[in-house]
Amino acid sequence: MNAVVRHPLRNERIRAALAQLAVAAFVLALVGWLAAGVLADMRARNLVPGFDFLRNVAGFGISEGPAFAPTDSYGRALVVGLANTLRVAVVGIVLATAWGFAVALARISGNVLLGGMARGYIEALRNTPLVLQLVLWLSLLRALPPLSEAIALGSVGAGAGAAGGAAGGAATQTAWLLLSRKGAAVAWWQLTDGAPFLALDLPTTGRFGYDGGLVLSPEFAALLFGLVVYTGAFIAEVVRSGIEAVSHGQLEAARAVGLREGQALRLIVLPQAMRVIVPPLTNQYLNLAKNSSLAIFIGYPDLFNVSQTVGNQTGQFVAVLGIVMAVYLTISLGTSLAMNAYSRRARWVGR
Amino acid sequence: MRIRRFTTALTNGTLALGLLAVAACTAANPDAPADAPVADAPGDPGASTSITTTGATTSSVPADTGVTTAGASADASAAPAPASSGGLLATVRQRGRLNCGVQDKLPGFGYLDPSGEYKGFDVDFCRAIAAAVLGDATAVDFKPLTAQQRFTALQTGEVDVLVRNTTFTLARDTQNGLDFSPTTFYDGQGMMVRADLNVDSLAGLDGANICVGSGTTTEKNLGDAMRKAGAAFTPVVLEDTDQVFSAYDGGRCDAVTSDKSQLASRQTTLADPTAHVILDLTLSKEPLGPAVLQGDAQWADVVNWVVYGVIAAEEFGITSRNVDTFLTSEDPEIRRLLGVEDALGEGLGLTNDFMVGVIRAVGNYAEIYDRNLGPDTPFKLPRGANRLWTEGGLLYSPPFR
Repeated sequence: MNAVVRHPLRNERIRAALAQLAVAAFVLALVGWLAAGVLADMRARNLVPGFDFLRNVAGFGISEGPAFAPTDSYGRALVVGLANTLRVAVVGIVLATAWGFAVALARISGNVLLGGMARGYIEALRNTPLVLQLVLWLSLLRALPPLSEAIALGSVGAGAGAAGGAAGGAATQTAWLLLSRKGAAVAWWQLTDGAPFLALDLPTTGRFGYDGGLVLSPEFAALLFGLVVYTGAFIAEVVRSGIEAVSHGQLEAARAVGLREGQALRLIVLPQAMRVIVPPLTNQYLNLAKNSSLAIFIGYPDLFNVSQTVGNQTGQFVAVLGIVMAVYLTISLGTSLAMNAYSRRARWVGR
Repeated sequence: MRIRRFTTALTNGTLALGLLAVAACTAANPDAPADAPVADAPGDPGASTSITTTGATTSSVPADTGVTTAGASADASAAPAPASSGGLLATVRQRGRLNCGVQDKLPGFGYLDPSGEYKGFDVDFCRAIAAAVLGDATAVDFKPLTAQQRFTALQTGEVDVLVRNTTFTLARDTQNGLDFSPTTFYDGQGMMVRADLNVDSLAGLDGANICVGSGTTTEKNLGDAMRKAGAAFTPVVLEDTDQVFSAYDGGRCDAVTSDKSQLASRQTTLADPTAHVILDLTLSKEPLGPAVLQGDAQWADVVNWVVYGVIAAEEFGITSRNVDTFLTSEDPEIRRLLGVEDALGEGLGLTNDFMVGVIRAVGNYAEIYDRNLGPDTPFKLPRGANRLWTEGGLLYSPPFR
């Protein structure tokens, strides 16, 4: 290595740096080329690049979520879509986690019937496409009786129809829980006019839908249920493998010091299993959030669904898709950060 | 040693590639012609017709694409344009088949009959164009398209003409780089409701769930109309037409909105067609007609005059059955329409008697309408605005002279 007058290209480090520079330049050039193409294409279609269109009046309606009128802006429409996405994703993650843990425990319980059922459920749900499942759940909900014959649980009164059951058929019904093709409505606390406190509001069947109560649309119910049972199946496997990764000696030692089975699981096995569980669990959370965009297939107005309508009406697909991607990226990175923080803590506590 | 040589080669190669890309980028960059860098860019709407089709459609077109097209059709009356002047007309001739973008799920307009054959009002216009251009009404390859796919299919040259109940709007004319042919069906957005709701106005639907398809102008029209009527509503937005109507049929919605022709067509497929009524009101104007890619004037002219031709044929009372008796007609307009006199067909790059072939194959406008939508079909759509101008309708063909 008498490297005094060597050609610079013969120096491995310089060459490596050059290669990286070249690759970076290539990627940048490619991005620039695509961007220039997109801009030129937009100009050819008389589309103004930018986000000003978000302030224009949307003109269409959105079925559920925060209040939205056709006179609101496109920007507001996207916000409503985002709220709907977050609603289904957050509730879905909580429920899927609880359900997944429950199924995992059933699977390793040693009870033949329970374990077998859990196993069958996991295999069936994990190995069929989610879209198919969502469509199935929705069509099952569509098979409920029509609004005028809504199933009423805990009926408190009826305008004219028979109380309870689906026999009614006439006029209105009021109950704690109402079920029909228009969705479910349950009693809920609501701030009513004049009353200074939250009052329990019982739903009543109306002409076109429910009056009062908390209403779950069939689309939301199908999407939430579909995401929970689908992701729950994956989470169950993640949890099971995590628990099985904890050395059997730990359980025996726990028994030896006199802990009961439940205590052993809660105090010894799970804390150690969590270290193994959390990273793949994070993946499942991200999957659930991203899979919620399949809402478009069943008509739930999530961010992606609304964004398609906005894009269709404004022609601003590039900007709209950019926004949607940025939002999903933020949701995913946020979830990842939170889970990583938890993972770090679990590691320290575990030692 | 060998590895080192390999890395060197790799480095040099990458460097060269990068430089090339940078060069390409700067070349394509800010003020390059709008349709240069992207393959699927449609002709610049602002540009003149001298740039005809863009790269995407030229795959099977000779290199001299279209430069002469504009001129050829502009002074067509002076000198008959040879069919070999390039453009889509020559391409279709060469191919021997017409690629026509259609619906495949809309009974009456575009659908597959039990024997697997395309049928319908729009489909018949595809056949008419094929009869005019190729002399054979069966030389059509039908491409079923969704509402979202249709414009891309036209822009990329997958179809030569789009006859898929497409509404003629300014935004589509400009932003999508299309040219619309004369309207073949004057439609309007309507509303179908359950008969037992006893609703007869939009105001009566205050608070209702209304099923609507996405990817169309329908969603916005619905919002506008309900706003005007002062009625609140919950839209149930679904992507696929089948889903929209199955959700309505299944009781998820109290009403469903779409083009009236589509409502009438779909009503026949509901579980109990008599349990639904189409309200006697119109939410919007929906003129439906064929569309072609902007920038090929000759091809646009061909499609336009085939449409005018079937309308003119109805006006003169020429049908597929009696067309031969008109060949000896003394009426100069009829003689010109059928190519007995003058050379109007050649001006379009077609044969002079192209309309004879069209009328023989699919008939005049009334025949096409009655066969697919008229009193003998399940739809029984009244002609309404789709009558001849002489009968109080909107159908009007410019003169053949």
